[in-house]
Amino acid sequence: MSFIRQFFGNMRKANQKVLSIYLPAGYPTSEATLPLLDTLVEAGADMIELGIPFSDPLADGPTIQRASQQAIANGTTLLQSLNFLRLFRTKHPQVPALLMGYANPFFRFGWDRLVDMAAAADVSGFIIPDLPPEECEPILSRIHSSGMDLIFLATPNTPPERLRLINAKGRGFLYAVSLTGVTGARKNLPPETKAFLQRLRRESSHPIMVGFGISTPQLAAQMAKEGNGVIIGSAVIDLIENSPDLPAARKTVFEFVSQVKKAMG
Amino acid sequence: MKTQLIPAIKATQYPDKSGKFGPFGGKFVPEILIPAITELEDAYLSVREDPEFLREFGYYLSEYVGRPNSLTFADRLTEKIGGAKIYLKREDLNHTGAHKINNVLGQLLLARRMGKKRIIAETGAGQHGVATATVAAKFGMDCIVYMGEEDTVRQRLNVSRMQLMNAEVRAVKTGSRTLKDAINEAIRDWVTHVEDTFYCIGSVVGPHPYPMMVRDFQSVIGQETLSQHMEAEGRLPEAIVACVGGGSNAMGMFAPFVEHQAVALYGVEAGGRSGKIGDHAATLTYGEPGILHGMLTYLLQSEAGQVSDVHSISAGLDYPGVGPEHSQLKDSGRVTYGSVTDREALEGLKLLSATEGIIPALETAHAVYYACELARKMSREESLVICLSGRGDKDMETVEKHL
Repeated sequence: MSFIRQFFGNMRKANQKVLSIYLPAGYPTSEATLPLLDTLVEAGADMIELGIPFSDPLADGPTIQRASQQAIANGTTLLQSLNFLRLFRTKHPQVPALLMGYANPFFRFGWDRLVDMAAAADVSGFIIPDLPPEECEPILSRIHSSGMDLIFLATPNTPPERLRLINAKGRGFLYAVSLTGVTGARKNLPPETKAFLQRLRRESSHPIMVGFGISTPQLAAQMAKEGNGVIIGSAVIDLIENSPDLPAARKTVFEFVSQVKKAMG
Repeated sequence: MKTQLIPAIKATQYPDKSGKFGPFGGKFVPEILIPAITELEDAYLSVREDPEFLREFGYYLSEYVGRPNSLTFADRLTEKIGGAKIYLKREDLNHTGAHKINNVLGQLLLARRMGKKRIIAETGAGQHGVATATVAAKFGMDCIVYMGEEDTVRQRLNVSRMQLMNAEVRAVKTGSRTLKDAINEAIRDWVTHVEDTFYCIGSVVGPHPYPMMVRDFQSVIGQETLSQHMEAEGRLPEAIVACVGGGSNAMGMFAPFVEHQAVALYGVEAGGRSGKIGDHAATLTYGEPGILHGMLTYLLQSEAGQVSDVHSISAGLDYPGVGPEHSQLKDSGRVTYGSVTDREALEGLKLLSATEGIIPALETAHAVYYACELARKMSREESLVICLSGRGDKDMETVEKHL
């Protein structure tokens, strides 16, 4: 059984909701990545997603676009990011760590080489938003046979027959996109989100993690109730972006993540 | 002339059911767009052989666009070069002055059938934006055009044209602020308004079914050329030359000829200032396979898989990717791809203007220069067709600066 599935099993037994935080590698600087990851765990993050920057992040809103550009300008590479994950996993073996990014940097690196090196770095799984089930064949079986998971997304407009396909191909958890739109912190989520998440719970046997738009402890608490946990990205990046330096960023991120974790109960 | 889409489709056989041209193409899009491209594919496949749709498409091509346009024998240019007979397929004579409108008409007729009233499009030079604004006005549809901020400055007259036809032009300030970023922004809009919006993409790029559908709508170029050349010369031409950015005029021209192995096909990319990365937009000449805008195709990119900045004197060729079918045609060797520099393109533009009284678009001028070099090496009994994809009025400011 994959590490992620064991992890969700344990969290379910402990009656705990899962807080996953997305952080772009190499943002705001290369030196900041490992300290920020430590801060996330200290503040209560249960899982982390390290983002590989891409020049054309077409499912992302302005916050992650800016962060990606900054990370590319900082010279962040996939090899370096794999090394961050290796160090992170050594230090926090209980915390699942996923590699998240658009297909092209991975494709260019080579699917087989990517999976082998990720397995060696003890990466727990992958989220590749522009690699839907119909295009995942070059990588899926190798990921599974290496004990990792490939996470697929479901969106409010995903029809039932397609959800069956996603359920069948995916492993680990289901990434539930809360709204029709790009990533980015929102004040509120649309009223339809709740019904969508209820449908996913009925029609999927995978743990459900809700992401996109979650910006406050209140929203996180609401959404966590509808699934197994929540994913937050842009809201944390906004805090880092508005901090004058790394210590200030760590402080404000720590406070926010602790509040979210507390609100989720 | 009756418009038929079917012959071109049978001739090329591609893509397969999953939208692949060999290893290229596919549907590399976020999950949220999968229902939208599936709906589009179903809708397109249902009209592709529907006589009523084809009749409607043919009607507007004839009565609104002015098709069929001419295949002009360029006698003075031919004489000047002293080689093969040169013919010009006159897409510049279309309403709005370029081939772009063929595809837009097809897509917006489809959008109308699908009941989508909000149209979005991206544009580089502004030709596709203008064509989309034009047809949207004609059909009474809402139209939003995404255009890189830099291009809104370079092509400000086209911005005014679109606005005059009630389109909203949104300047894109992210990334390199050119065509690829306009596509990113259009896709973000689509992701956000997926239920009621139709994305009218301007080239043979993007996820399946776009490369197939846009090729089919543009294949009217090649079909007319085939029969017009038969009429003029009693046989097929020896060579065909077209410029390639995303590659829609080339793909539309090549489609019916791919199966005729005796016809040599040439695609001409933007060689820009030099062969250094960032100085050109010659994707098939210098690129490596990669994944961008929903497709696997040749890309100009860094070692790390970041998409490169590109340059061309012509905003319409300023794209770091290329249609996936071109990638396949390159690898199979059926089409020869080459590149022409900014300077050479300007020479081609001057030459055609002076000898034939036709000012080509700077994009097209790349094909003109390449074709002249090719014709020189061919015999006087042979003939060559240039796809004259657009007229040069839009480029006069740029041309003036360089003369």
